[in-house]
Amino acid sequence: MSVTATAIQITIDGRPVEVAAGSTILEACRSIGEDQPTLCYLENLTPVNVCRVCVVEVEGSRTLVPSCSRLVEDGMAVATDSVRVRHSRKMVLEFLASSTDLTTADPVVAEWMDHYEADPDRYGPAAPPSDDRDSRATGHHHVSDGLAAETVYQPAKIDNTLYMRDYSKCILCYKCVEACGADAQNTFAIAIAGRGFDARVSTEFDEPLTNSACVYCGNCIGVCPTGALMFRSEYELRRADLWHEEDQTVTTTICSYCGVGCNLELHVQDNRIVKVTSPLDHSVTDGHLCIKGRFGYEYVQELGDLATTPIDIVLAEARTK
Amino acid sequence: MYTVDPRRTTSAAWADVWLGIDVGSDIALANTVGHEIIAAGLVNQDFIDHSTAHFEEYKEAVREWTLDRGEQVTGVPAEVIRQMAHDYATAETAQICWTLGITEHANATDNVLALINLSLLTGHVGRYGSGLVPIRGQNNVQGGGDMGALPNKLPGFQDVEDDEARGKFEALWGHPVPSEAGLHISLMLEAMGNKEITALYVIGENPAQSEADTAHTEALLDGLEFMVVQDIFLTRTAEMADVVLPAAAGWAESDGTSTSSERRVQRIRKALEPPGEAKDDIEIISLLAERMGRGWGIPTAEQAWDELRALSPMHAGMSYKRLEELGGIQWPCPDEDHPGTQFLHSWLWEDPMPREPAPFMPTVWVPPIDELSDEFPVRMTTGRRLDSYNTGVQSGGYHSPLRSGGIIEIAPEDGETLGLAEGDIVTVSSRRGAIDVPVYFHESLRPGLAFMAFHFPDEAAVNQLTIDAWDPKSGTAEFKATAVRIEKVA
Repeated sequence: MSVTATAIQITIDGRPVEVAAGSTILEACRSIGEDQPTLCYLENLTPVNVCRVCVVEVEGSRTLVPSCSRLVEDGMAVATDSVRVRHSRKMVLEFLASSTDLTTADPVVAEWMDHYEADPDRYGPAAPPSDDRDSRATGHHHVSDGLAAETVYQPAKIDNTLYMRDYSKCILCYKCVEACGADAQNTFAIAIAGRGFDARVSTEFDEPLTNSACVYCGNCIGVCPTGALMFRSEYELRRADLWHEEDQTVTTTICSYCGVGCNLELHVQDNRIVKVTSPLDHSVTDGHLCIKGRFGYEYVQELGDLATTPIDIVLAEARTK
Repeated sequence: MYTVDPRRTTSAAWADVWLGIDVGSDIALANTVGHEIIAAGLVNQDFIDHSTAHFEEYKEAVREWTLDRGEQVTGVPAEVIRQMAHDYATAETAQICWTLGITEHANATDNVLALINLSLLTGHVGRYGSGLVPIRGQNNVQGGGDMGALPNKLPGFQDVEDDEARGKFEALWGHPVPSEAGLHISLMLEAMGNKEITALYVIGENPAQSEADTAHTEALLDGLEFMVVQDIFLTRTAEMADVVLPAAAGWAESDGTSTSSERRVQRIRKALEPPGEAKDDIEIISLLAERMGRGWGIPTAEQAWDELRALSPMHAGMSYKRLEELGGIQWPCPDEDHPGTQFLHSWLWEDPMPREPAPFMPTVWVPPIDELSDEFPVRMTTGRRLDSYNTGVQSGGYHSPLRSGGIIEIAPEDGETLGLAEGDIVTVSSRRGAIDVPVYFHESLRPGLAFMAFHFPDEAAVNQLTIDAWDPKSGTAEFKATAVRIEKVA
């Protein structure tokens, strides 16, 4: 059974474009090779429109609209590079970059920062990490003195052998919450706690992951755009300055466990699997995995000579602590 | 969504309704549902007339399975069975999904047939959104069957006793192929007992720990004159072998294909160099053939696959190139223009029918072989946990925060009755053996029901307790129903 979608005519930056009804503005842009920056959008998740970096101007619309979720309408005139759009994207990127640590974010974020001339330093020096972010009560936000740029910096959470959470890098894109919830895993181990600048991703009552409903599928890591959620292996190798993405190979194969047939992308460095991801566009699970597929590969790893293979020392430690 | 399970599993918690069935009463439940669908006039008569045979026999066979009788045998309230029967029959589309809770019984095949009968009754098969879904527990168990790793089949499910099919293989291979069906694993074990089998070549299997009644299996393996084990691990079985051939891990250290539950053939690709002297399975087998004076070189995975495509019509259209482009293809795929087959039994809806109609297969309920008694009053069932896999040789390699270890779980009420505290060491005895394990309480279990995972044979050798009574048609042992006694270790 197939339904032929009605074609809709719009213009993007003055160019006439024909797209299927039901498409988003982002899809329309991509169809003519004009990609828009996105942080909270992912093909395998429901759009939540929170990062606002994909906003575009629609003629006749009072506010800018998120291109990732706004559907096209016949005759719509879209501007992706107007003064308002450029200004808004610059501000969004500045606010994110001044308050969070984007050092492990997708390198394309730095390109956008350059492109939109974002200058996060103009908000002053970064405020130091705090140790009470997870206990801040809604409605009791403490306004800063304005001498430093407010940050979400706090110590990284390492409470299990499989992955870690560094919420200093969290831009609150909600992707992890969605992947843990109704978009993939239906586990609901995490949600957004707090309000305003104190909003943060949290387990129930900020319990350690090991006391939460978490089933360690790692689908939250799979969708995280900034490296706030990371494999222990990647985290420890980065800390030891042994993470060499340029030397890694990525090979797609099939999981060795159950009969679902999930596709695994094995990231291999020095003949060791250091990370497992899954292609978002594959029909079997749309990029999502379970604990066995994501982490259960150790049995094909052989620790080499620890004296000559430092990566092994780091991996062995990460796996046991 | 209805979940039928003796335990209130996570799936049961997600379901709209949970049917906490008594272990081993699956046929009783299915027959009761069938009876109710017929009694309430909810059968799909057009489908039955057009696509099936022997409906009257089925109707007669389930006549005795009134809701009351069903409740009596299954422990599920009659009203709940009625509701499920009506919802299933009247749904626009409905699927029955099952796994080892149905198939690890001494009447496994009948359990499956009882479910198939329901789909024939309602027409919930062979069309989009409806169907019968056996959920495979292993990544390539479907592929193993597809490739002829079955005692009576050549690749592509072609019968070894079919002269024409066998002839194709003989012509290509230039060698005769045995024309009689071989033995499945339960019969092989029997044959080892009778000394009809004296040598064994085990590839990627750990029967010393995975088969029911471990002590018996180990004695049989011990009695062999010669055993070769080809595996990526030095398993318990490998430790007993005369020769161990170290293999490369199929999914990460070699190229090839794997077939999932939904008959989707997908490419596996080599990402790692195998350790030490480990070799790809194709290479090992080719080198063995060479030693036996029948060298054919060492083909690549793709060459071996293309040979299969030439012999197995259902795989003929699946070139490596197409598997790559399409993200896998579901068989049958007879030629390179064929997109693959999303659902298998759409032929049931064709007019005229291209094959004989699908027969109803009446089934008779029998209770589990290992009966409960005063001496062994608790029903123990075995199963899996999310983070672990089979006998643990693979999943034991990573540190999971969820890992339970080898324990027995019982109902909190039973814990109280037996005067146990969580973590106490108990002796669990069956008619075949006894093991000591820590006991924990779990609210998913009802009084009289105990659960053990079989992932930790070194800590909790659960298969020392299970019975090796097996289904004569599938050869699968009754892992799911063991009668046990639980006592605190003084």
